[in-house]
Amino acid sequence: MLEIEIDGKKLTVPGGSTVMDAANSIGVHIPHFCYHKKLSIAANCRMCLVQVEKAPKPLPACATPVTDGMKVFTHSDQAVTAQKGVMEFLLINHPLDCPICDQGGECQLQDLAVGYGQSGSDYAEEKRVVANKDLGPLISTDMTRCIHCSRCVRFTEEIAGFQELGMANRGEFTEVMPFIGKTVNSEISGNVIDLCPVGALTSKPFRYTARTWELSRRKSVGAHDGLGSNLIVQVKNNKVMRVLPLENEAINECWLSDRDRYSYEALNSQERLTKPMIKQGGVWQEADWQTALEYVANGLKQVVAEHGKDSVAAVASANSTVEELFTLRKLMAGLGVEAVQAFARNADFSVKTQGAKWLGQSLEELSQNEAVLIVGSTVRKEQPLLAQRLRQAVKKGMALSLVNVHGDDLLTKLAGEVIVRPDQLLEGLLQVVKAVVELKSVAAPAGIDLANVVVSDAARAIANSFEGKAKAAVLLGNIAQTSARYAEIYAAAAALAALTGAKLGVPAVAANSVGAELIGADLGGNVFAAAKKAYVFVGVEPEFDAHNGSQALAAAKQAEMVVVMSAFQSCAMDYADVLLPISPFTETSGTFVNMEGKAQSFNGVVRPLGETRPAWKVFRVLGNVLGFNGFDYNSSEEIRDEALAGDTAARLNNTLTSAVAVSAKSAQGLVRLGEVPVYQGDAIVRRAPSLQATADAALATTVRLNAATIAKLGLVDGGKAIVKQGQGSAELTVKLDAGLLDDVVRVATSHPLTRDLGEMVGAVEVLKG
Amino acid sequence: MTVYVKGVVFENVNFEDPNCWRLEEYVKRGGYAALKKIINDKITQDDIIADMKTSGLRGRGGAGFPTGLKWSFMPRSFPGQKYLVCNTDEGEPGTFKDLDIMVYNPHALIEGMIIGGYAMGITVGYNYIHGEVFEAYQRFEEALEEARAAGFLGDNILGSDFCFQLHGHHGYGAYICGEETALLESLEGKKGQPRFKPPFPASYGLYGKPTTINNTETFASVPYIIREGGQKFLELGKPNNGGTKLFSVSGHVNRPGNYEIPLGTPFSELLEMCGGMRDGKKLKAVIPGGSSAPVLPADVMMQCTMDYDSIAKAGSMLGSGAVIVMDETVCMVSALERLSYFYHEESCGQCTPCREGTGWLYRVVHRIANGEGRPEDLDLLSRVGDNIAGRTICALGDAAVFPVRGMLKHFRHEFEDLINKAQKAKGL
Ligand SMILES: Cc1cc2nc3c(=O)[nH]c(=O)nc-3n(C[C@H](O)[C@H](O)[C@H](O)COP(=O)(O)O)c2cc1C
Ligand code: SF4
Ligand code: SF4
Ligand code: FES
Repeated sequence: MLEIEIDGKKLTVPGGSTVMDAANSIGVHIPHFCYHKKLSIAANCRMCLVQVEKAPKPLPACATPVTDGMKVFTHSDQAVTAQKGVMEFLLINHPLDCPICDQGGECQLQDLAVGYGQSGSDYAEEKRVVANKDLGPLISTDMTRCIHCSRCVRFTEEIAGFQELGMANRGEFTEVMPFIGKTVNSEISGNVIDLCPVGALTSKPFRYTARTWELSRRKSVGAHDGLGSNLIVQVKNNKVMRVLPLENEAINECWLSDRDRYSYEALNSQERLTKPMIKQGGVWQEADWQTALEYVANGLKQVVAEHGKDSVAAVASANSTVEELFTLRKLMAGLGVEAVQAFARNADFSVKTQGAKWLGQSLEELSQNEAVLIVGSTVRKEQPLLAQRLRQAVKKGMALSLVNVHGDDLLTKLAGEVIVRPDQLLEGLLQVVKAVVELKSVAAPAGIDLANVVVSDAARAIANSFEGKAKAAVLLGNIAQTSARYAEIYAAAAALAALTGAKLGVPAVAANSVGAELIGADLGGNVFAAAKKAYVFVGVEPEFDAHNGSQALAAAKQAEMVVVMSAFQSCAMDYADVLLPISPFTETSGTFVNMEGKAQSFNGVVRPLGETRPAWKVFRVLGNVLGFNGFDYNSSEEIRDEALAGDTAARLNNTLTSAVAVSAKSAQGLVRLGEVPVYQGDAIVRRAPSLQATADAALATTVRLNAATIAKLGLVDGGKAIVKQGQGSAELTVKLDAGLLDDVVRVATSHPLTRDLGEMVGAVEVLKG
Repeated sequence: MTVYVKGVVFENVNFEDPNCWRLEEYVKRGGYAALKKIINDKITQDDIIADMKTSGLRGRGGAGFPTGLKWSFMPRSFPGQKYLVCNTDEGEPGTFKDLDIMVYNPHALIEGMIIGGYAMGITVGYNYIHGEVFEAYQRFEEALEEARAAGFLGDNILGSDFCFQLHGHHGYGAYICGEETALLESLEGKKGQPRFKPPFPASYGLYGKPTTINNTETFASVPYIIREGGQKFLELGKPNNGGTKLFSVSGHVNRPGNYEIPLGTPFSELLEMCGGMRDGKKLKAVIPGGSSAPVLPADVMMQCTMDYDSIAKAGSMLGSGAVIVMDETVCMVSALERLSYFYHEESCGQCTPCREGTGWLYRVVHRIANGEGRPEDLDLLSRVGDNIAGRTICALGDAAVFPVRGMLKHFRHEFEDLINKAQKAKGL
């Protein structure tokens, strides 16, 4: 520890601290622009110059290491003169037209200029004008305002993992720009907007729609992945105008994924369903809630009476709140219906664990692992901020490796990477199991037949990366979780974890996957395989949110009664009998349990649109209409307390209840690799126009194959191909993907263009289009 | 033109001989004897560094930092790669000495670097060569081949355990890449921008490894020091200003060129060697150490001797040894306009005061030079300069301000005259 003095205050700080760290620790504010606690030190803006005793010149606080006995003066004449000098320089070429700048009112330059700027300028020369850049649909630029702090550049390189922005040219002519002809395509790109201290980078969808002081700031929780990012939702006139991260070091740090940042656009879309509707004689009619709910209650009662309780299934989105899933389940139980399924994207429901599946550790603990293996995951797109977290951990020494079905770049150093066909994910994982068995000279784990497994060098490298590591984890990604061989993969991963002393973790796909398991909203298996007579869909669109969209759609179409509860009108008009407008996460109070098992409750940030009602209130009324007991809740908190009663942490448990026999198989022929695209995961993001305009969204309209497969099939990169699976087909643009193995056909699922295709991984035919 | 008067870098070099740079000729002049002595007599690293300290050799790149001291900072037992880097980026206006070393005596530099590698336990070196001198780069590559073939360079030098690999690197011609940390960035394949110091290259240099960087002339002086002893080198010059130095004399003299002379030689003698003033004009002023050095008026300069201390006492710096001589016909406003344009153009743009301030300085001087000056402009220049100097990441910010300060200190009246004329023309 070092003893120093700042502005006369004595303090001790750990060695290696900078003057800025030390000042921050006692709440002394030093003006700054380029400094950011999560980025490397650039020391280029010079705004933080302070006086240090015995130093002949003012020194930048952000870059000056503290030495024992140092005396710092942040407000002395020398310091303030230097700071004012820098401010003057920053302003000479900066437009002084804050009233027409989108950043006005939330600009660090504007704020500091009040304290350090002059009222007039001695700069009598022509000001610089800088051409704007096209950074894509999410970020808008006003480059003349750039103060060259390089925060955005450092973000892309250090946090996002790939330097999509750079500083071109020199001196006064320095400009921030993307690669020529390229945009910024990172899945966490929007963070540069928060980082930019001025109005050079602003949100494209939000731009010029409101002033910061007109907006109320309300807390919420991210609803599109299992991380549970904390949000500030900004609201004006009962409308969500913008979403920003709320800093929570344990979860999202100060970042936000683009998905959580821009999905709000859908909440204000024309496609919102705002009134209950009933189809009568094939014609849709608006109805009042009472009529609609009585219709639903009677209809469901009748189907159960006629066809039995197994003839009905409820399918909910795992982005539904604890309160919604719990009341849904209770309602179904009242009808005698068991099938309440929030995991319709899964194919194999035979994994039985002692508790709800979860990350197996906290996010912060995950970062501290020395070795982590991820099995089957498009990590950056599934869990953008988890990928970011792992990237930072790798820099601190974590050995990260992958058993995967494609070669997508995680933009970080890997200790090993085994790439297999999507129908061989288990076999890829078994290679690592066998490599560990050989390395440790131990017997194969019980129930796992390793006889036919050929171990690759990459698998050995992964096995080695676990050697001697006290803290390690094996994680199962979305591709593993939705695999038809999930149980075997799970058992193999559990065995690997046991062999290496690692924790087994399941990063939740959806905002409330863990909550759904805790509540038991994971029952009924594949509810579309044998079609039901009636379905209740809560926040799901079966054609997009089921493992096999065409199968789900067919099941919905043949049902006698389909109740659709959704925030949006949709193609459910074709097969539904009743449409009930329910609140998206911004219009209801509720709770999500994130992947680390942490329950986060939130309030609605705006009033429900039109006659929209929170789903839990709808179930409450339905329960009462049906005369069931226990539906007299006064608030969502009451439901939550009942749903999550007791020690929920104790109910998280990834241990298998019984052994699963695991054996390797071989596979050949063209095989589909179907992933859920980053902006197709749920009904909200599917309707967010700016996200749909991104390069990632465009990628979902392609069929990706490696060069050998393109050649073998007589296709051309950029040309058209017809992909056939089961009865369905899709015409898509061919795109070369060098990271795929031969015969792998990478075609998105959950997408309008591929709706008629079948299961996510399965045999396909490909013809020239 | 290159003139050897007395010294260590061009000793016995016959500039007329097109083969004077070749290894064979270099060896005839006593080249590689120092290296042989070290290897054969198993001279210790400590002894070499001690000799370097005795020599009083100060860095010839501009800052004049004692070379022996710099070499002693190198962590000698560091586990892992360390690097030795030669700075041949030579971009300071007025300086053209390193180019001549590369052209006429490249083996002196190569031998100096090998010795440096030996003394600091470094096995890999780079020579970063200015982008616009392609011939020098090619010649250096040829010289490296000769040294490798002769067993002076590469693995097991002269049969010993000592290995040293040396590579030439052709830059792209940016002045800022002569700043040592920008040079390292550029060498790593990145944009040439200075790094904030600390950490200094001795602890965090090329690829983050301990690195020593010296100027071409600095390295080229090393073989003599080792061969003849530090004391002998020191005595060539004067105390605290040991040895001899190359001065690149340009401007209004009859014979501009590089002159190798002892430090401490009176400026008046150097002027004579250059054949005196061109066309018999009167000496007006001299920039004694490259474009960053403040200008000195004739009378002050004629009292100076050419060494670090004397020039510093007169209020300027010896810098890289570029002596820019100006006669009575020179308009100092135009001269400053050109200098300020250079710094404005060459700023890397990283830090605010230099990025914004160099352009401001240039525009104001440009206005004055073009009859648009205003009475408040001179105070403005001083104020803007004060806000740049000492507030930037690297010394380019200071370098941009020193010429302005020098000119305003000694030739303020010329600026005032132009401004007054401009005011009158406007009827003010
Ligand atoms: C803007 C700027 C340009 C420089 N250009 C050169 C150069 O061209 N050659 C050089 O040797 N040193 C140059 N230097 C000095 C180097 O940073 C460094 O001090 C020198 O290479 C150290 O070598 P020495 O100790 O042998 O002089 C420059 C410094 C600055 C600030
Ligand atoms: S665009 Fe913004 S964040 Fe990027 S360098 Fe300019 S001011 Fe800084
Ligand atoms: S002083 Fe100038 S050249 Fe040096 S780092 Fe700053 S902007 Fe770049
Ligand atoms: S905050 Fe320290 S230099 Fe920018």
